[in-house]
Amino acid sequence: MTDYLEYLNFLCSALESQNKNKLVLSEDTSLVADIGLSSLEVMEFIEKIEDHFDISIPLNILPDVNTIGDLATKVKQLNL
Amino acid sequence: MLFDKFKPMADFQAELAERNVAPFGAVTEKILSATEGVVQGHNVILAGTNNYLGLSFDPRCIKAAQDAATRWGTGTTGSRLANGSFVEHQALETEIAQFYGVDNAIVFSTGYTATMGMCATLAGPGDVILLDADSHASIYTGVKLSGAEIIRFKHSDPEDLAKRLRRLGDRAHQALIIAEGIYSMLGDVAPLREIAAVKREYGGYLFVDEAHSMGVMGATGRGAAQAAGIEADVDFFCGTFSKSLGAIGGFCVSRHAELAAIRFCIKSYIFTASSSPSIIASTREALRITAAEPELQTKLWDNCNRLYHGLKSMGLPVGPTASPVVAVTLEDRSRTIDCWKALMQAGVYVNLVIPPASPSTNFLLRNSVSAAHSSAQIDTIIAAYADLKAAGLITGTQAD
Ligand SMILES: Cc1ncc(COP(=O)(O)O)c(C=O)c1O
Repeated sequence: MTDYLEYLNFLCSALESQNKNKLVLSEDTSLVADIGLSSLEVMEFIEKIEDHFDISIPLNILPDVNTIGDLATKVKQLNL
Repeated sequence: MLFDKFKPMADFQAELAERNVAPFGAVTEKILSATEGVVQGHNVILAGTNNYLGLSFDPRCIKAAQDAATRWGTGTTGSRLANGSFVEHQALETEIAQFYGVDNAIVFSTGYTATMGMCATLAGPGDVILLDADSHASIYTGVKLSGAEIIRFKHSDPEDLAKRLRRLGDRAHQALIIAEGIYSMLGDVAPLREIAAVKREYGGYLFVDEAHSMGVMGATGRGAAQAAGIEADVDFFCGTFSKSLGAIGGFCVSRHAELAAIRFCIKSYIFTASSSPSIIASTREALRITAAEPELQTKLWDNCNRLYHGLKSMGLPVGPTASPVVAVTLEDRSRTIDCWKALMQAGVYVNLVIPPASPSTNFLLRNSVSAAHSSAQIDTIIAAYADLKAAGLITGTQAD
């Protein structure tokens, strides 16, 4: 079973191509407020994660996701 | 502050005002015919409507509306579940069910409330919905209200849909799969034959919104599912009376008798007033004409092909196939606004579409075709684009 840190590391590396301002990404980095992802870019990022882990991420989780850490927690739950 | 989130929109409006251009909610001062009007002081060809069959000005539809207003008054002043079900509404329900060859139909006050209401009601907490990523706002709003688990599949990608159904395991049998017929912004047709095959393999219920394809595709005008020969796989059809039928209102039809019970659970059906009798009457007449006069569809497609190939041969970035919606894609917002303004000045009204209404970060000049357009009008539209190209406002095959 993959643990939280592995998810976090994957998400951070997967985000690099969309990290326009070259921020140092951590679990506390906000996808929208810090990285500045548009809603379209958030969905592209979600698709990347879905393909990698062969899971579907329901849209319902998105309102609870602010930071990379939030998302790592959700993906870990979905991939149990 | 409550209003902070509207600041970007207010800034955009200010920018448009400064450039002396009002592409959103441009006011029509006069309608001269189904394809001509006076918009913001310009005499224009209407190439940004959804009047696919041109029926909004059909004398028979107008007469039906006038007679109904005389007989029934201007409005019902109540919900279908209270005082707002007249025999006209019931007759339209029978006729739209017959048109689709099924036994069950619900007529709604708008297409938006039909699609939203059905999406909000069919699936509930514990259920799962798979919707096309480029679904219309009415679908997104509805599924959000449903309380079901919502999963997007890649736009018009049956393989991605299959993958997601596979991941669901046994839950796939109960999933609600949502697609449209023709997508409203780029005019692309959904691969319904392939989507239906995926549904047959994994199970689930298929819901198709034929808003832009009813009257436009299929041997008897039922839409994209009919054209694809997969109507038997569709559990629910939704659509609107505001496009091909030239009025306003929406519907859901189904072979499932359960629609009778579902009707009493749809809030956007129960808690809103029913359509005015004049609207129902013109819709009934338009539906009759759609079924009786397939030559309208032929004329529409002649015009679609003329416009599509006219723009494409100029090297403009249009969609993959001819369709009643022919969208020219541009990357630059400011340039797109300039083009829209120049088209208006040249006497051509089209829709300016910006994200998120456009399905990507691109901007669209959305042209829509009507059976009522003359070949000369289509040629005028093409010539206006040629002028944009000559003026350097639009370039070749790439989105500029
Ligand atoms: C796919 C789709 N569904 C529903 C609607 C809503 O229809 P109406 O505008 O008639 O309410 C539209 C049109 O705007 C649409 O494009």
